[in-house]
Amino acid sequence: MKELLSGNEAIARGVYEAGVRVAVGYPGTPSTEILENVEQYKEHVYCEWSPNEKVAFEVAAGACLTGARSIVTMKHVGLNVAADPLMTLTYVGAVGGIVAIVADDPGMHSSQNEQDSRQYARFAKIPLLEPSDSEEARDFLVAGMDISEKFKTPVILRTTTRISHSRSLVELHERVEHTPQGFKKDPPRFVPIPAWARPMRVRVEERLRAMIPEVSASALNRIEWANKDLGIIACGVAYQYVKEVFPEASVLKLGWPYPYPDDLIRQFAAGVKRLLVVEELDDFLEEHIKALGIACDGKNFVPNIGELSPMALRRIRAKMEGKELPQVLPVEEASKLPPRPPVLCPSCPHRAVFSALGKFDVVVTGDIGCYSLGVAAPLNRMDTILCMGAGISMAHGMKIAGEKKRVVGIVGDSTFFHSGITALLDIGYNKSAPVIIILDNRVTAMTGHQDNPGSGLTLMGEPTHEASIEEFARACGIKRVFTVDPLKYDAFIELLKNSFETPEPTVIISRSPCIVHDHSGLKPALKVDPDVCRTCKLCLKIGCPALEFTEGHVRINNLLCGGCSLCGQICPFDAIS
Amino acid sequence: MNDCVSVFLTGVGGQGILLASEIISNAAMLSGFDVKTNEVHGMAQRGGTVTALVRYGPKVYSPLICEGNARVLCAFEMAEAIRAAHYLAPGGLAVVNQYRIIPVTVSSGSAVYPENIKETLRKCFPRLCYFDATQKAIEAGTEKAANVVLLGATSVGLDLPEETWLEAIRKTVKPKFLEVNLKAFAAGRAAAQS
Ligand SMILES: Cc1ncc(C[n+]2csc(CCOP(=O)(O)OP(=O)(O)O)c2C)c(N)n1
Ligand code: SF4
Ligand code: SF4
Repeated sequence: MKELLSGNEAIARGVYEAGVRVAVGYPGTPSTEILENVEQYKEHVYCEWSPNEKVAFEVAAGACLTGARSIVTMKHVGLNVAADPLMTLTYVGAVGGIVAIVADDPGMHSSQNEQDSRQYARFAKIPLLEPSDSEEARDFLVAGMDISEKFKTPVILRTTTRISHSRSLVELHERVEHTPQGFKKDPPRFVPIPAWARPMRVRVEERLRAMIPEVSASALNRIEWANKDLGIIACGVAYQYVKEVFPEASVLKLGWPYPYPDDLIRQFAAGVKRLLVVEELDDFLEEHIKALGIACDGKNFVPNIGELSPMALRRIRAKMEGKELPQVLPVEEASKLPPRPPVLCPSCPHRAVFSALGKFDVVVTGDIGCYSLGVAAPLNRMDTILCMGAGISMAHGMKIAGEKKRVVGIVGDSTFFHSGITALLDIGYNKSAPVIIILDNRVTAMTGHQDNPGSGLTLMGEPTHEASIEEFARACGIKRVFTVDPLKYDAFIELLKNSFETPEPTVIISRSPCIVHDHSGLKPALKVDPDVCRTCKLCLKIGCPALEFTEGHVRINNLLCGGCSLCGQICPFDAIS
Repeated sequence: MNDCVSVFLTGVGGQGILLASEIISNAAMLSGFDVKTNEVHGMAQRGGTVTALVRYGPKVYSPLICEGNARVLCAFEMAEAIRAAHYLAPGGLAVVNQYRIIPVTVSSGSAVYPENIKETLRKCFPRLCYFDATQKAIEAGTEKAANVVLLGATSVGLDLPEETWLEAIRKTVKPKFLEVNLKAFAAGRAAAQS
């Protein structure tokens, strides 16, 4: 039976079919739906959201050493967080198969950078698999498990946004069980103290060499001979664009590009007149091909910034053929359209926090989540973003550097559990005094509303302990800890004022559920009384999508308004109720 | 882009675009075609523009298309039709919902929503099917089915048999809402044929 599955759904299916026992990860676009879809197989596969990717990776590693097949999922930047366990698990090696699924985001549709995570495979000296559609996504997960067990190594399965979020047809298979043997004590194998790590280091190189003949012979890599004037080496979704735009060319499709299949590359290069390498982001293949002494085109035509597309390839083709390609531009009227950027939802509790912060001349070190939207007009109330957790640590850094203004650090609840706790510990330990606001909307909202250690539910739907942010804060040494609802707006502003005047570190837990996830806070829409409204437009400064200014009047769209009453509390004339 | 048919859907988060794209894919699949779709997730939502693309044919490689390649452009919101107009192939059908969603950039005063948009649509799209899908959905039984009304109109620009569309709807929507959705689909189809 064939089903239309997204790349992420297909990977989840592969997890089921490959007999995987343990599936863990931390949400992050475009990887999130993998574990969300594994959940449907929870009778066979234990699955969990871990607090962050490092923990997730280590959980999967522990499972793998008992002989259980395990996977860990994350977005590209998550692998930076998990790089530490990765770089040594490559030494220790796998017992049960372990595949790390890493989803890159070329073009930065929903990310803060566009790193090419394939580099990690080379860095860690482990196999890399790259599917180019959903069927391959499933197949490669299963193949990855076999490779992992055969060579006793972790494997990276790399997808990109267009693989994870495109749907294509997948033939479904049955699950094949793999029963773990249990952990077998073997310290020289599992304990990388220097004396044992040195032989492990040698084994890493031997393993890589042993894999090379297998890679060239693997069915995951194939040559599609056609016209030999031009040969193209491609992997991932770029392969699909190549087939579309260069239908006549010979293609070497690499589904298992690392360790590099040198023999296959040489054979292909020798069979074509001109060689072109088409890969998204870095020159991961091209650099190596050139190092083999093979002349090829690549990044001289193919951009290394942003994602590729059939259109980008048509431009590349035209350039190679010395032709002009007529540009299809948006119609002229499109340039006059109002931009439609993403915004905080109507009644989002985060809005009140940024609106309140707008009243103070402070520096706001922010973080990543729905609340990142607080950086945009008309709120404009976030000054820095770096990576998860940095909202707290950078506030501390600014403080100790002697920043004259008061510094406010902002993180969400999921971000706090991910990597804010250690940052807060630093503030308590090293005694600086920023104001830290933790936006506790009870859920990991940005990535599609996953549960987290504070929300009281596991990924498998079981009730669990709700981690207390208050207790964490106190344990880190913070004495001023307040829990408030920011939609009690005046009191919230008063607390901010008061905290800015205190020379002590303060943690404000802004607790108000995400209205999209938890509808219990929804109230009837508010109305603007046109007789009382003096069109001062102050309420429009909070950027609520339910507030419209049309034909000279402020109006509330009653289909959108969730009745949070923030605009009403801001209106100086009490015109909204 | 060889023998593949592409449909480009655009609108604003929450308008039911993904369901519409699912029904189109199912209809194409039931007609025996290879299918690929692509959707935007994540930061692109939260009231931002949402697009979805469905491609079908004997063999589909790329999940993305070149500009000027969609056989039908179906816009759930008027301004979004213009933003995506360059994806429509020459001679292609534009289905545009007569429906306006004001972006925050407009309500906060930093941009303006285009006036006499109807004229602009006429200018951009020689083959235009422009009507109030929400109104027709209400007549069918619920305004929530506006997406399926638009789908009905879209189906007129595609060459899939009507029976597979109905089958696809049966396969995709909950039984409880089947009746209204079939009505909504018929209303949209009628609107595009008149
Ligand atoms: C290392 C890393 N992992 C994952 C992500 C993806 N990501 C962005 S924001 C976010 C969670 C935000 O949740 P929370 O802090 O609770 O804020 P909310 O969106 O609920 O406002 C995640 C998982 C990331 N950017 N970096
Ligand atoms: S999803 Fe929730 S947290 Fe995110 S913007 Fe909407 S209301 Fe706010
Ligand atoms: S219009 Fe006012 S009450 Fe309604 S959601 Fe927006 S801010 Fe809240």
